[in-house]
Amino acid sequence: MIAALSQHPLRDARNVDSAGAAALAVACFHCGTPCPDRNHVRGERSFCCLGCQTVHELLQDQGLGHYYDLGATPGRRQPVLTGEDRYAFLDDPSVRDRLLDFASDETQRVTFHVPAIHCVACVWLLENLFRLQPGVGSSTVNFARREVSIQFDPRQVSLAKVAGVLDSLGYPPDLKLSALDSRRGSAVPRRLWLQLGVAGFVFGNTMLFSLPGYFGLDAFSGPAFQKMFGVLSLLLGLPVVLFSAADYWRAAWYSLQQRRLSIEVPIALGIAALFAQSAYEVLSGYGEGYFDSLAGLLFFLLSGRVFQQKAFDRLTFDRDYKAFFPLSVIRLNRAEASAGTEERVSLAQLNVGDQLRIRHGELVPADSRLIRGEASMDYSFVTGEADPVQRRVNEVLYAGGCQTGGTIDLEILKPVSQSYLASLWNQEAFRKEKDDTFDTLTNRYSVRFTWLILLIAAGAAAFWTWSDPARGVRAFVGVLIVACPCALALAAPFTLGTAVRVLGRRGFFLRNGQVLEALARIDSVVFDKTGTLTVTTGGEVKFTGPQLSPEDLRAIRALASQSSHPLARRVVVSLTLDSGDAPEVEEFCESLGQGVTGRIQGREWWLGSPEWLREAGVELTATVFEGSSVHVARDGRYCGRFSVANSLRPETDQLLKGLANDCELSLLSGDNDREAARFRTLFGLPATLEFNQSPARKLEFIRSLQDQGRSVMMVGDGLNDAGALRQSQVGVAVVEQIGAFSPASDIILEAGRLPRLGALRTFAGTTMTLIRASFVISTLYNVIGLSIAASGNLSPVVCAILMPLSSVTVVAFAVGAVHWFGRRAGLGPVLGAGEQLS
Amino acid sequence: MSVILLLIPFSIVIAAGFLGAFFWAVRSGQYEDTATPSMRLLTDETAKVRRDNLDQERGS
Repeated sequence: MIAALSQHPLRDARNVDSAGAAALAVACFHCGTPCPDRNHVRGERSFCCLGCQTVHELLQDQGLGHYYDLGATPGRRQPVLTGEDRYAFLDDPSVRDRLLDFASDETQRVTFHVPAIHCVACVWLLENLFRLQPGVGSSTVNFARREVSIQFDPRQVSLAKVAGVLDSLGYPPDLKLSALDSRRGSAVPRRLWLQLGVAGFVFGNTMLFSLPGYFGLDAFSGPAFQKMFGVLSLLLGLPVVLFSAADYWRAAWYSLQQRRLSIEVPIALGIAALFAQSAYEVLSGYGEGYFDSLAGLLFFLLSGRVFQQKAFDRLTFDRDYKAFFPLSVIRLNRAEASAGTEERVSLAQLNVGDQLRIRHGELVPADSRLIRGEASMDYSFVTGEADPVQRRVNEVLYAGGCQTGGTIDLEILKPVSQSYLASLWNQEAFRKEKDDTFDTLTNRYSVRFTWLILLIAAGAAAFWTWSDPARGVRAFVGVLIVACPCALALAAPFTLGTAVRVLGRRGFFLRNGQVLEALARIDSVVFDKTGTLTVTTGGEVKFTGPQLSPEDLRAIRALASQSSHPLARRVVVSLTLDSGDAPEVEEFCESLGQGVTGRIQGREWWLGSPEWLREAGVELTATVFEGSSVHVARDGRYCGRFSVANSLRPETDQLLKGLANDCELSLLSGDNDREAARFRTLFGLPATLEFNQSPARKLEFIRSLQDQGRSVMMVGDGLNDAGALRQSQVGVAVVEQIGAFSPASDIILEAGRLPRLGALRTFAGTTMTLIRASFVISTLYNVIGLSIAASGNLSPVVCAILMPLSSVTVVAFAVGAVHWFGRRAGLGPVLGAGEQLS
Repeated sequence: MSVILLLIPFSIVIAAGFLGAFFWAVRSGQYEDTATPSMRLLTDETAKVRRDNLDQERGS
């Protein structure tokens, strides 16, 4: 964590930037950005913009200059000063009441997600918020979750004002629609910690009572001591059985009701046998019982459960579209007095017919009709279409699209919750919880195990009852006690828990350990195209046609740079020209989504789609073009075309080749099939390739594979894959940056790790083998214990040694072996300290 | 050796005190965020200073 403070990736990236420009400009004292001018200087300190300077002066004036001692240039660039009315919608009761964690007349508490938190200075400043804003009480930062929890006095300061203060400091709260839903709890519930604490407490104390007996210290084994130790152990044992073991009783009862034998059944049997036998011994004055073993058993079991609950606090694995949509939008006032003015309202306050204003980079929150401006919608995350689509006035825009270009105005046609996108979440796949708790390796093993144990116990009891009924009862109880599958129950939690940690250090973030079991069984892999296998930006641009002169290239660049169409922009970026001023473009004319034309140095240039050029009377040399292309004509004569490739992520071919050995591959794309041939060669002949797939169709495809008995892994990135990710046995969400939005999934993978997916699958198989090996070890111990118990001679000391010894062996083996194999599984390098998630 | 009869209950009472401390720690949420406290340590203000500041703020 300490290393993370100084080596935060964002910080490093910024330092590289500023180092490059250091020769030219001074770094801003607040945020480290190179200062473009010397307009904002205070003393010896320079600032890049008025925003940074204002924040700095505010902090200095309030005696919070310590902020700058804690980290060099700890701030975030703040070019625009934002007004507080930006957050006015937070004071609307319908929003406020759902946002607050706690509310009374004197004090309220709210928790904001603040992605800008990145260093120790951030934590310090945000926890000293009370010095800046009267009415704010204590504030507490949760660094792992990037959250700040603020207590404030609503009589002195409003919620909107609190959010405004955070924003003005460069820590804008990230307000998404999901903020209105209930907050997620911590990975390990408090109750589990308490249960573990009680079990540990009792384990330690009863062990002390039992030791004299074990060592045969006669002074302590007189009747008085034995009686006292026995009664004390019984009293201490009660909370263990009633409180610490409560979850096992419940789970065993539930699984019996469902008529299946989960691992909890033999555990509960063992606990019951241990307690009954021990209580009998104490009350009858016969001995001290096995309370130390009982508490030890629970202590180990609960430790295993705590260990297994490893969670990556910064990641959320169950996000839906609400975590993607902003909480607020700009609505245009329609009241006559203030017609046309803007106000920020929450999505919950929107009605059909309201008019919204969407700026560049903002999302369309509901299905709506375009009423002003030209929309260029980027649907790549929502539908999988690679290129932005152009829409004109009166055309319908679907929710989730991101406007790239100028400001547009919309009129809402459907409520947010009923949009085309949101309807995906009404599918059946989202209504039921993924049931991955029963069909596990442990439970499958435990079914056979339980029957076998009951058989042995009954057999031993029957055998001894013949000659000595008391011994028969002892043997029956003894078998149940010794066979209590503690080591068995620990094998999976520790193996899987360690595997999740090992993978987390290497950039694979798993929802829980059970995912590995599902992963090991996968025999079909379904890929999404856009954003998963290909990236939408940065593809190669190639010109096909007769060589163009530098003047021509300059002319094309000048013309293309007039357009905001993404393809035109890619052409501009690809034409890195040497010196020479850009020529002037006259008579410029753009047909939205079609092309641009203009006169440059007396010659008429056309740049656009083949159909558009053909309509303009240009003769094209070919008719079919692969991929996206921009065609060029000069004075009515065709010059050639720029092909813009959707660039494939590196090493994709090796990944697919590796997986194709023992998996059935498929590709499901929301995009058109212009690249079908290219993906056919990549995926090979047996693979299924489907294009123009809607989100619901993708889900359906996964289901049909499952109906054929296949175990499916879906690899996707966008909201359009959400249904398929949810339906599949293992959903893998690919993200460009850890912490960015990803749809609900089982595994979150940073895109650079995608080529290692095959290795991940192999490692999952290895993990399962290791669990089986642990089962063998635990069974060996059981055989030894059983052979003693079946003879009816089980003594507390044997039990007290055997039980912890088997548990410790299994745990040590699991942890050690997983680490050893993890290093050799080809999972890629361990992440740097700054990228590690706690 | 009968002094043991007295010492044992004593030891249990003390141990129970520690158990109580553990309960308090869990209930006050100390096990929910293990990352941030380690960072708070690096800012050289102590919790007391923070509390004093807070009291001052409220008093004024």
